[in-house]
Amino acid sequence: MSNYLQVDHATIAFDTRKGRYVAVQNVNLQVARGEFVAIIGHSGCGKSTVLNLIAGLIEAAQGGVILNGRQIDGPSPERAVVFQNHSLLPWLTVYGNVHLAVERVFGATDSKARLRERCIAAIELVGLVHAIDKRPNEISGGMKQRVGIARALAMEPKVLLMDEPFGALDALTRATLQDSLMEIQQRLQNTVVMVTHDVDEAVLLSDRVVMMSNGPAATIGQILSIDLPRPRQRVELADEPAYNHYRAEILRFLHQGQRAPVGAH
Amino acid sequence: MALIRTVAAALRTALAWLLPPLFGLAALVGVWALIAAGSSNLPSPGKTFASAVEVFAHPFYDQGPNDQGIGWNLLKSVGRVAEGFGLAALVGIPLGFLLGRYALLNRAVSPIISLLRPVSPLAWLPIGLAVFQKANPAAIFVIFICSIWPMIINTALGVSSVPQDYLNVARVLRLSEWKVLTRILLPASIPYVLSGAKLALGIAWLAIVASEMLTGGVGIGFWLWDEWNSLNMEHILIAILVIGVVGLLIEHGMTLIAKRYDYRQS
Repeated sequence: MSNYLQVDHATIAFDTRKGRYVAVQNVNLQVARGEFVAIIGHSGCGKSTVLNLIAGLIEAAQGGVILNGRQIDGPSPERAVVFQNHSLLPWLTVYGNVHLAVERVFGATDSKARLRERCIAAIELVGLVHAIDKRPNEISGGMKQRVGIARALAMEPKVLLMDEPFGALDALTRATLQDSLMEIQQRLQNTVVMVTHDVDEAVLLSDRVVMMSNGPAATIGQILSIDLPRPRQRVELADEPAYNHYRAEILRFLHQGQRAPVGAH
Repeated sequence: MALIRTVAAALRTALAWLLPPLFGLAALVGVWALIAAGSSNLPSPGKTFASAVEVFAHPFYDQGPNDQGIGWNLLKSVGRVAEGFGLAALVGIPLGFLLGRYALLNRAVSPIISLLRPVSPLAWLPIGLAVFQKANPAAIFVIFICSIWPMIINTALGVSSVPQDYLNVARVLRLSEWKVLTRILLPASIPYVLSGAKLALGIAWLAIVASEMLTGGVGIGFWLWDEWNSLNMEHILIAILVIGVVGLLIEHGMTLIAKRYDYRQS
């Protein structure tokens, strides 16, 4: 199953007032089952657009996405999304937010008690049992993002899609969450596609890093396999020549080949 | 010592908080007394106060349909507002939801709303009288029609400005339209609906006094007009004060409710 998830010659265009804008052109990407792939590129290069395409939130003008042998058609809980701004519903508690997703996916097959177990297990996974009855505005940004991850994982998706999930967090919180994500990933072996603009994050977490050129008509410029043993320790990796080599490779791509587009950031 | 200092500090804060409004009120009464001293028609504050003591001594006397205590009149007016507003909410909130959810429908209906909304509430009174042939339902109809616009408009605004993020969550979960309504649109738009309700009640309270003046019966507006016919200026001033106080209470009550149900501040 080397191409469990396949983005097949996808072109994404938007109709704007100035006419058709081709955001992403001819993107080809294969992701194996259980693989962790990061998509990296400058702001505005269309990496989130590719993620939204896989999520089914937008449609391709040409090409498409195939998951487990079936062409995707719109959004679905089998492709859970961890949104950049967590997108928790502010009127629901931590438990309520997770439960909404769990109920939708397993409500038809599982008993009420089992649904509750699933919610609590997911919240436990991200270490938030103590905040289970809190509302989103009562917890920190890092905790909100954990709830977003718990909500997505609780759905037992075929693919976990993460759109710069730690982008808005401070460096320390981000590091902690990256470590928990790696640990969870080690246990659950999810297939993950993550969008990021953080080079260290991409190398630390991924099996492969997909580098995107700048838009308009952005496409995949280079794909780098990260052959570092797991579990990975960020402190030890800092002195690892291979790690620094991968970092340098990505930085070179981003800074030499692909200068930030005018008006980005 | 420490206790005395705390009490003194608390007293000082209370005074600083109370003094400006008290000063404003005193100034108003002062200006009123000055004008009343030079006018033969405007009763003085003292005379009005004496009259108010009498009026409020028996607020719930009942001597036939045209002579009832101020309490009955007030309750009748508040009841009409409640009925008219309740009906407006019953029709306006679901309609607002539809308009907020379906852009096509919104485009079909919003010109009608824009056309009818600026019409003075009293302009609807003849239509109410013609349709219902009775004063009381006509007054309720006026309240209904003037409070329905803010309900529709605010609800529609609330529904259409639900953040796309929340709707994306619904899309990824493939929630049914019913679940989207009950779990996302409804809670997300409650603050808007409540601010629409607050606006609507404000307008309704303005309109009820005016329409009761025209329709008669029992009600604070009619009471005021009746006192004008018997040239009892003290009672007119009392009526104005009472109308103001009730309006203030409605406004404050709605603000409290809106705060209680606003998820944006916990």
